[in-house]
Amino acid sequence: MQIDWTHFTPWSGLAGGALIGLAASAFVLLLGKIAGVSGVLSGLLPPRRNDAGWRLAFLIGLFAALPIAGFLGASAAPQYLETDGLLALAGLLVGFGSRLGSGCTSGHGVCGLSRLSLRSLVATSLFMLTGFAVVFVRRHVAV
Amino acid sequence: MMRNALSLVIGLVFGLGLCASQMTQPSKVQGFLDLGGAWDPSLAFVMVGAIGVGLVGFGLAKRRGRTLLGEACALPPLGGVDARLLVGAAIFGVGWGLSGVCPGPAIVNLASFNPHAVVFFVAMLVGMIAEYVIMRVLLQRSGVVEEA
Repeated sequence: MQIDWTHFTPWSGLAGGALIGLAASAFVLLLGKIAGVSGVLSGLLPPRRNDAGWRLAFLIGLFAALPIAGFLGASAAPQYLETDGLLALAGLLVGFGSRLGSGCTSGHGVCGLSRLSLRSLVATSLFMLTGFAVVFVRRHVAV
Repeated sequence: MMRNALSLVIGLVFGLGLCASQMTQPSKVQGFLDLGGAWDPSLAFVMVGAIGVGLVGFGLAKRRGRTLLGEACALPPLGGVDARLLVGAAIFGVGWGLSGVCPGPAIVNLASFNPHAVVFFVAMLVGMIAEYVIMRVLLQRSGVVEEA
């Protein structure tokens, strides 16, 4: 293993992470909910009575982040390098898996680990492991 | 109304954190997942920053039991590990590794109006709906009624 020093950004990583932690903390302290993006979104599929407003509001806030970050000079436009076919397959797996496993990188990885949840520790370890494995196979094994 | 306004602002802060840490950039996430090549450990620092602050927030929330607005917290049980969790997390990781995109960035990146971001987002919605439908059918067949 070698470190990719040219792309390594520890300080903006820590700072951005702290913002995410702040948002997750505010969410549980003010609304009593878990700021897990897959959970917030999948709760709208289908929507339930008296349960959709806060979910939609959170998602609109997320949607507004990129242009505002761009205005503040803190973000570049995302670049998707994979083909659409692969992105569609990956999106299916991400949607299906995050709902089946009751959480994603934010719900299990940030909120769950902050709650010291064993379930979330197991889930986070597992999805990191399969993530590492997929990238390893595609970049270093597959032809 | 108050709750929705708070939720919107918190979603925005959450998204700004994703942007500032560049977790919205698929290649950046895949750089973290590429242990066998040139490894970019940045995502680990994002996790450390987020959990460092989160430990304080969730610790406070646990001690209070109620929200600052006086309502009861509705947190999922800390519960045990089951097959559903394991299979779901493993599948999620495969999709995450293939694309370098997870649900938060998938929504944030929609605002770039990049067609590839739309493809991923729509597929993710389909995956979520498929899980709901399939699990309902399976649970009904096995005689267990899923709680709404």
